[in-house]
Formats: sequence, C-alpha cells, structure tokens
Amino acid sequence: MVEISTRETYGKILVELGKENKDIVVLDADLSPSTMTHFFGQEFPHRFFNCGLEEQNMIGVAAGLAASGKTVFASTFAVFASCRCFDQLRVCLSQTGLNVKIVATHAGITVGEDGISHQAIEDLALYCSLPGFTVIVPADAIEAAEAVKVAANTYGPFYIRLSRPKTPLVYSEDYRFTLGKAVTVRQGGDAAVIAVGIMVAKALEAADVLAKQGIDCRVINMHTLKPLDEEAIGRVASEVGAIVVAEEHLAHGGLGSRVAQVVTRMKPVPMSFINLKDRYALSGKAEELLQRCGLTAKDIAEAVKSVVGKK
Amino acid sequence: MSNQIKVFRQASPQANIFNLPVTELREMAKKLRRHIITMTATAGSGHPGGSLSAADIVTALYFKIMRHNPQNEQWANRDRFILSKGHAAPILYAALAESGYFPVEELTTLRKLDSRLQGHTDRNLTPGVEMSTGSLGMGLSFGVGVALAGRLDHRDYCTYVLLSDGECEEGQIWEAALSAAQFKLDNLVVIVDCNKMQLSGWTQDIMNLEPLGQKWQAFGWYDIDIDGHDFSQILAALQEARKIRAKPIVIIARTIKGKGVSFMENNVKFHGKTPTTEEAKRALRELE
Repeated sequence: MVEISTRETYGKILVELGKENKDIVVLDADLSPSTMTHFFGQEFPHRFFNCGLEEQNMIGVAAGLAASGKTVFASTFAVFASCRCFDQLRVCLSQTGLNVKIVATHAGITVGEDGISHQAIEDLALYCSLPGFTVIVPADAIEAAEAVKVAANTYGPFYIRLSRPKTPLVYSEDYRFTLGKAVTVRQGGDAAVIAVGIMVAKALEAADVLAKQGIDCRVINMHTLKPLDEEAIGRVASEVGAIVVAEEHLAHGGLGSRVAQVVTRMKPVPMSFINLKDRYALSGKAEELLQRCGLTAKDIAEAVKSVVGKK
Repeated sequence: MSNQIKVFRQASPQANIFNLPVTELREMAKKLRRHIITMTATAGSGHPGGSLSAADIVTALYFKIMRHNPQNEQWANRDRFILSKGHAAPILYAALAESGYFPVEELTTLRKLDSRLQGHTDRNLTPGVEMSTGSLGMGLSFGVGVALAGRLDHRDYCTYVLLSDGECEEGQIWEAALSAAQFKLDNLVVIVDCNKMQLSGWTQDIMNLEPLGQKWQAFGWYDIDIDGHDFSQILAALQEARKIRAKPIVIIARTIKGKGVSFMENNVKFHGKTPTTEEAKRALRELE
C-alpha cells in the first residue's frame, strides 16, 4: 500500500500555489523543515517569514498581512497552532474573518514519542468553537493537497489539520475535494462510520472485517468539520440507523460532539464514539499509541457491532 | 529574507488633506477630549482616562502627520493607525468622526446596541478602523504584518501602532518587538501612551516597566522619549521617526492619565469608569 504524509503534499502544493498566486505569503514558527513549508521558503524567500518561536505574534502578523491583501498560510505543530495562541485566533482571525489559513502538522497522538506536550488532541474542539472558521481534516495526502488548493482560493480563516507519519492513501489522484460535502468512501446499509483524518483508513479496514462477518458498513469521510454537512448526516442516520464516529481527538468538542448534535436533532439513532475519551496519551510509537488508546480498526468494528445490536 | 527586498520610497501620490497648524491641533485635541467626555458619560461605561491621555498623540497623527483620506478609506497607500490599546476606542472614534469617516452625531451611540461604535474597536463595523482590538498586546503583531505587506508591495505607507504602557506587560508585545527588529521594519512606528497607570493603580507598583525606552532599545528599536502632551515634541518625534532606516521606531510618550480634566488627571478611578452627569458638565467646562 502507498503511504505518504499529509504534510509532505502540503509543502509541495504550497510551492505550486505560490507560483500561480504572487499574493500568497507563508509564515512558520521555526518548524518549517517539519511542517514542510521550507519548500516554499526555498522557492520564494521574499514571501516566507520565519516568525521564530512566537506563535502568538505569528497569528497577528498573519492577520496584518491578510488585511493588506495577502493570502496567508501560517504553519506550526497543531498543538502550538491551537492551544498556544487561542486568544489571538479569536480576536485577530475569528472576529475579523481575515484570509489566513492555519495549516498545522503533527496533530493527534500519532506524533508519537514526543508525548503529551506535543499531542494536539483538543485542537478540533478549539477551532470548531471559533465562529467563521472553516475546519478541515484531510483523510490522506491527496485530499490534503486538494483541501489546501481550495483553501487558497476561498476567502476567510481556515484550519487544516495534518499528521506527522506517512499514512495510507484513501483516494486516487483524480479525487476532487468539495468543501463542506461529506464523501461516502464505501457504501453499506447496516451501519455507518463517520470518520476524519487517519481514522478514515481505519474505518475502511474495519468495514472489510465487518463484511466478512455479514455486516454491511458504510464509511463516510467527514473531511470538513465546519461547516458540517448536516444533510449528509441526516441522510446517513435515516438510511442506516446506526452510527459510529471515529476521530483522533478527545471525546468532547470534536467530530463526535458535532455529529451527535445533528443526529439528535434530525434523526436520533444509536451512536457510539471512537476517540481518546477524556484523557491524555503518552509517549510511544504511533501504532502502539493507537492500539493503547483504542483507535484501531478492531475497535471501530466492535463499536459498529454494538450500535447495530441496538437498532 | 525580507530585508533583501529593495524598498522604493515613492513620492506621496496625494497631498495630505489634514495638515493643521499647531494652534489648531490644540483646539482639535480639546474638541476630541470633549467628545470623549460626552461619549463615555452618555454610554455610562468605557475608558475615559486612557483615551484622554492619548488625545494629543492621536490628534497629531490624524490631523497633521498621517496620509489618509476618509473619502477613500481603503486607499492602498494610506498610512495605517492601529489602536492596540483598544479600550481607548473613544479617542479613535472621535478622531475618525472629526476627520469625516462617519457623522460626529454618531459618537454618542458608543457601546449601544447595534451601534457601529463597539466598546472595543472592530474593523468590520467602523469606517476607518484598521483592526479589531481589545485583548491587549495584539495590535503590534498586526502592525508588523501590515508593515511587511507594505514592503512586499513596494508601498511607502507608514504603520503607526499605539500601545499603552500597561499593555507592555503582555508577553506578545515583546515577541512582536523582536520580530519587527528582525525584519528591520523602519516603516513601523510604535507610540507608547505612557500614562503610568493601569486599572488598579500605578504601573510601577503593579508591574514595573522602567526603564521602558532602554528595553525597546535592547530589543533593537530606535527609541525617542517625549512629553506626550507637547505638540512640538510629538510632531518632531513623528517626523524624526520617518527618517530612521533599518530599524523600527518607538516613541515613549510620557502622558497623564485623564489629561485635560483636573479631577480626572492621575485618577485611577477613571481608567474604566465614566464621569457622572455632573462630573461630565464640569469636565466639559474645563475643556472649553
């Protein structure tokens, strides 16, 4: 299976976008070799600003550039892009609606060995709480590049969450991303898994296992958490009658909370949630951590069986 | 790096439409102070003390120094003014109204439901307001971005950021100060309205900032220390600031909180409390 990291295609597409649009500028908080914005920095040194270890300042600088007509990409690790500068995101970007794209890498527990301080697992809750922000979690490297292209051409503040490790491709090269439109990546009528990011591939794996056990499981990639494709959620609830939400994030405030609000309002059905619950993880290899924290295909399959049993 | 870009200093494409002589600046500052009293007394909440202390600086900028045009609010070459100490919104609103960005009559809608004049500045609502502020410490970072954009686009506008001294307690100010020096932003001028007081008392008793000029200097800035109520000093400093190259400029303006109204001067009560109807009458008499 082909594996490639979402941050890698981000770094490369940014250079392509920079060639087309001279108003694109890129900021980074001294992590550009890791966030992959260094490709842009090498190609367009005049339009690249290393803001040093100043995440709060970086958000304000981004806002100032955006208010002066620039399309600004600002990158750092997801944990710093969310928790470290939340008030700046709120006042400078959410309140103003300025054209800044926060593309954060190394999100979730799959950052691995660096441990709790570096594992952004509350970022989706924080960003989704900000009025006016568009929040995207690509499922693979192809979708990441597509989402970044769309963000570059759509006015307003965006948060795009990327991962550190190489992850399996869910899509083929001809995939085209539509903002705010959920993608059914596998059909199925007995239950549905609504997933984001690395959990989409895990959900597909789970669906394969379930198929052998006679359960026909649909898989939805809810790449855009905000604005949420409520219509798709209502349709899924009506059609399959049992939903599991899977995300590499804490239990509260992420995709699970958001989908549950819609299901409750539109079509209540049995639900289950695969997430990091209400606790931090620990150091370890990405796959070890996913196993320890209950974020494997097996965990998803078990959850699907439990909701199917409640139908 | 950004400093490799050649900066083209263009001749001003349009004469400054506000160029009052000093005697008229003094009258204008008084007028703006009267607006501050009326606005905050009418609103019943707000921050008159730090608005009054900044009145002379803001007057000098809007009615003498800055290149701006209320008829062409988004003019790409306009000088930018960013009120980082967003609680002093009344002085900015007064200056904008007197410049012609919106009717002077609108000033008394300050802080009222559906008013364009929010308690703290909002760039999406008020004509002429460059940035939404209110959470202290953020305006300078925004100014760094605006100044960088000016250089990228080869525009010769200047970005002015007004801070309060208490605001310099925010760590982000020093992040921004480092970056402005790193990027050699000589098109960025900070004025610190150093009124020596903050919400609960004297700044030196709460979190001492002195020697403030030396701190900025150590961060790579060109610093100028002035009496922030003396127009000759304010104008000289702002003119000197535009001649400095390869460094950002900070003007430490020594001011008096509540300046212009005897019973409000150096009175911490008026940081975040407005004059009563009776007090407002007395204040307006003093400002005639």
